Amino acid sequence: MTAQSDRERAVTELVKGIWRENPVFVALLGLCPAMAVTNSAINALAMGGATFFVLVGSSVLVSLLRSWIPKQVRITTFIVIIATFVTVADYSLHALAPAVYKELGAFIALIVVNCIILGRQEAFASRNSVGLSALDALGMSAGFTLALFMLGSIREVLGNGSFFGVPLFGAGFEPWVVMILPPGGFLTMGTLLMIFNWLSERRKRSAQLLLEGGAA
Amino acid sequence: MSAEEKEASAFSLVATLGVAGFLAGLFIVGIYQITDPVIKANEAAELHEAVFKVVPGSSQLQALALDNGSVKPLAHGDEAEHVIFAAYDAAGTFKGYAVPAQGPGFQDVIRLIYGFDTSTGKTTGMQVLASKETPGLGDKIIKDQHFVGQFTSRTFDGGELLAAKSGEGTLPQHVDTITGATISSKAVIRIMNETQSLWKDAYPAPGAEPALAAPAEGE
Repeated sequence: MTAQSDRERAVTELVKGIWRENPVFVALLGLCPAMAVTNSAINALAMGGATFFVLVGSSVLVSLLRSWIPKQVRITTFIVIIATFVTVADYSLHALAPAVYKELGAFIALIVVNCIILGRQEAFASRNSVGLSALDALGMSAGFTLALFMLGSIREVLGNGSFFGVPLFGAGFEPWVVMILPPGGFLTMGTLLMIFNWLSERRKRSAQLLLEGGAA
Repeated sequence: MSAEEKEASAFSLVATLGVAGFLAGLFIVGIYQITDPVIKANEAAELHEAVFKVVPGSSQLQALALDNGSVKPLAHGDEAEHVIFAAYDAAGTFKGYAVPAQGPGFQDVIRLIYGFDTSTGKTTGMQVLASKETPGLGDKIIKDQHFVGQFTSRTFDGGELLAAKSGEGTLPQHVDTITGATISSKAVIRIMNETQSLWKDAYPAPGAEPALAAPAEGE
């Protein structure tokens, strides 16, 4: 492998999670936190940050230890590693940002069962070098955070008339309360998925047209 | 590939999990040791702030526990089932009581704290500490200025606070409920009434409040 293709591979692993293999919008993983905590932009970012910390930490550690972990107990070991990082994130957030912790509460502990994290360990970190695993984890958590942030922003703006707690509209705006309630999560998620699928469908079709045009 | 395919011995499986569990335990204990004092301090600061808010003019407090129908100061670090806080100003003059209370709301338990002045029989303030009421509706019990503000001067005359339709309250024990958050606002009133009935005979007579104990060593 040349240095150039190494670099290309690294960029691919980093970028794929943000868009092409976005864990929420493409793989439809981690939908529980994606719906549950995205009633405001700040909550979405905090959840994204905690997941980022857990995913990058466990990916690096799993990749480092991958040749020592017997494959019969690998899932158990991954879970122990993930749970440790989650506990660290849980206590740290509780100590450093009590207000955010109050809102996210139980959902921080539930990062343990976020399938994106265990999925990346099994599918990527346990088979690739530390560097690539770290890049993969960075990209995936960036994609996850981006998705949560989009959901959180839309829901906060529509459902509370504010962005990061700053009111956007005058007193005449009647907030669309349902958007910050659980049904709003499903409505926003469904609408976003529809838009993303429509966009990728359209891109695929135009690429095909181009290909056919070239052949003819 | 052949190294991966070979069966790992039972010992190595157990050893792997044992080591992983042990190290994970060490990490968790470590982070707990670091963060626990900060978390406790944050919670104490939040409680102090709430007490000083519901008892205007206060800046010091001491915990009192219910003991056989009367109250007695709670030693620092001790725990009791029912606790209220006596609040004092900077000079140590008694200003009023702050009473924590909790009970079921619309969705989940509502925790609140209210101030009570035994000399006038009036509430001096109310603040919701934790609730999961519906955003935009029930959570007005925290944000609605009129609702929260009226607790600065309501009385438990005749035993309890009474719910009134917004703007129709005429008596000093009438609390205006919030339109669109009737259940949550009635829950707040009910929680305060229940807690007040627990304490009403235990409050020391006005003027006979326990003096502020000297701060414990090292505080």
